[in-house]
Amino acid sequence: MEDIEHIEKEMKLIRADGRRLDGRKPDELRPVRIEAGILRRADGSAYIEWGGNKVLAAVYGPREAHPRHLQDPARALVQCRYNMAPFSVSDRKRPGPDRRSVEISKVISEAFSAVVFREQFPRTSVDIFIEVLQADAGTRCAGLTAASVALADAGVPMRDLVASCASGKIDGVVCLDLNKEEDNFGDADCPLAIVPRTGEIVLLQMDGHLTLDEFQKAMELSIGATHRLYEMQRDALRRRYSTTLEDILKESPPLPAPPAPEFEPPPPPPEDDFGPEGI
Amino acid sequence: MSEEIVSDLMRAHVYRLASTGQRVDGRALDEPRKLSLERTYVKTAEGSARAKLGNTDVLVGIKMSVGEPYPDTPNTGVLSTSVEMVPLASPTFEAGPPRPDAIELARVVDRGIRESKMVNMEKLCITPKEKVWVMFIDIHVLDYDGNLFDACSYGATAALGSTVVPAKNQGLGDDFALPVEHWPVSVTTAKIKDVLFVDPALDEERMSDARITVTTDENGDIRAMQKGLSGSFTYDEVKRIIETAQRVGRGIRPLLRSS
Amino acid sequence: MESSGSLRPIVIPGEAVGGPGLKPGPGTYSEGGQVFAAQLGIRNEHDGLVSVTPLNGRYIPQRGDAVIGEVVDLGPSHWLVDINSPYPAPLHATESPWRVEFGDTSRYLKVGDVIMGHVLSVDEIKRVQLTMQEREARRLNGGIVMEISPTKVPRVIGKQGSMISLITELTGCRIYVGQNGRIWLDGEDRDTAVAASAIRLIEERAQSYGLTEAVRELIERERRSTTGGRPA
Repeated sequence: MEDIEHIEKEMKLIRADGRRLDGRKPDELRPVRIEAGILRRADGSAYIEWGGNKVLAAVYGPREAHPRHLQDPARALVQCRYNMAPFSVSDRKRPGPDRRSVEISKVISEAFSAVVFREQFPRTSVDIFIEVLQADAGTRCAGLTAASVALADAGVPMRDLVASCASGKIDGVVCLDLNKEEDNFGDADCPLAIVPRTGEIVLLQMDGHLTLDEFQKAMELSIGATHRLYEMQRDALRRRYSTTLEDILKESPPLPAPPAPEFEPPPPPPEDDFGPEGI
Repeated sequence: MSEEIVSDLMRAHVYRLASTGQRVDGRALDEPRKLSLERTYVKTAEGSARAKLGNTDVLVGIKMSVGEPYPDTPNTGVLSTSVEMVPLASPTFEAGPPRPDAIELARVVDRGIRESKMVNMEKLCITPKEKVWVMFIDIHVLDYDGNLFDACSYGATAALGSTVVPAKNQGLGDDFALPVEHWPVSVTTAKIKDVLFVDPALDEERMSDARITVTTDENGDIRAMQKGLSGSFTYDEVKRIIETAQRVGRGIRPLLRSS
Repeated sequence: MESSGSLRPIVIPGEAVGGPGLKPGPGTYSEGGQVFAAQLGIRNEHDGLVSVTPLNGRYIPQRGDAVIGEVVDLGPSHWLVDINSPYPAPLHATESPWRVEFGDTSRYLKVGDVIMGHVLSVDEIKRVQLTMQEREARRLNGGIVMEISPTKVPRVIGKQGSMISLITELTGCRIYVGQNGRIWLDGEDRDTAVAASAIRLIEERAQSYGLTEAVRELIERERRSTTGGRPA
């Protein structure tokens, strides 16, 4: 769904042996790698590489919602901002939001609103930031999958992680997880996000042309993939909290050197801990 | 909320250490944080580098396209630098159009590259007055832990050093490495009261009274400077700062050059 | 006891942490007779109650909490204090230890001051009031303030304050721990640095067994390596 280039071209996307141009079988996911807790400033963060996609997600909050008039006295807001770096696509993208990224931000915000225990944090906002550093189709699914890990890493109470994957149709064949070429020249794309434990669908979009049978086949492929992604998300979170004690001891910061003997300490702060008047 | 205000107690602590030549993270006053660079990080860009200066983390991508030259420089390519301080990188960054600090940052990075003649822009002319290469330096801040001026400059310099101009795609002959001829190095010094320290980390930066960025070339000559914040420097301090920038710059330059 | 490197198992939101017959405690929720983790953390079970101790998360104020705050604004009869939570916390002049004339608040506390206080009240929409009328309440002068994840505070304090007593004893620092994840340390610069690295170790390793020994080792090793023969 990224960068729809309206170039009509005769292009075979499925080879004679039934495999796709990148060698995958129709039901095969691209390689995925997830890491949790990689940014220092954010309350929670995650990085995902998914095929040629490189996406960072960060979570801040719950924090005071701004502007104030947006505050909900009964529950937290869940606000997502999806953004693409100018160099993440082949033709430089102008910095700042466009209609596509605003729409994606909205549907991702709504997907997470379904799982966060929002009523525990009235008047606050849980802010999710997704930055696409390198795009190769499927960035919203990659971003959502990473953001879910970032939310858990931030300690935000939630019913479950959310996992996301798309399926589509190329050369009349329903296939899992389209890459950029397949997305540009394919017949349909259908991103999905579910709550893996319950199977609830929290994000669903589709563009192109699918019969009901094809849609069912696409859903079957995507749901199967989200369960594999769910295990990868959980594994990333477990790895994040399993560094060994030795690593931590090695990383402890150097201490300041002993003070030089000739050093005259500055005048000590007033002894009085209770301000000018005391108690 | 807590970000904007630095407690008086921490200010006193940092100053107390600094006045005996020490820093909270154990560095010497003229010692920059560890710099690490990962080049060609993004395959969708013509050149890129992820630069980590301590815990400050930026990603720079270079995009090349064909466009028109400016009328007053018909034989030279065009350089455009922008910085996105995305809210992912810090609780104090907000979404929206670039704020004055992001614009200042982009312009200071741009100035060091432009004025040092790092890239031979005349070699980026395709047809005089008509067609030149336009070079976009896009800087994405990922984790903000102080001193974006140097981190962004190092990322941009390293990314330019790894850039391949995609001439073949445009039917303009073979792809070629960007004609890089000089290696400017930016060194930022901050001041708290009367103490100067190189490459301020976030806590130091937040309590700084004044800041100055000095970009020098391989001869030690000055190619760009920018003083910032509401405090001031004495002329004597500025001379010392420039000497430090030359010396620290000599240490950093080989890291930027090596690919 | 297990070796200091081993970890307590981590549970992840959505993971089943208890079947029928168990009651859902903090950090969990129940659905269809089952209990699930609501937060990333460590599973605990006690007297039929299953709970998850979170490994990360923001500080949510509760009545009676000791907190370390920074004054961020003031009015004629109150101060606004940042207590590292999503909710700003006013301190009214009548809750201060001083007799404050209307309009005279800046004589006692100004923007940038650090205080130790307590949460007086939290209402149903999380509006917070602070008080400085408890015994330990004070304005903090000197020393440093460090921030850790508020979820790690119980580990830093230890059982009946055992961990914090150990650090105080070995480093000679004065230490106040706020429930909001802010810790005030006062002592020689090198001693506060050693105490701070011990606290960082606890923060990083909050879910390990044998933490007390690891902390003792770290402090003793760092003091040996940096005191340069000076008696510790």
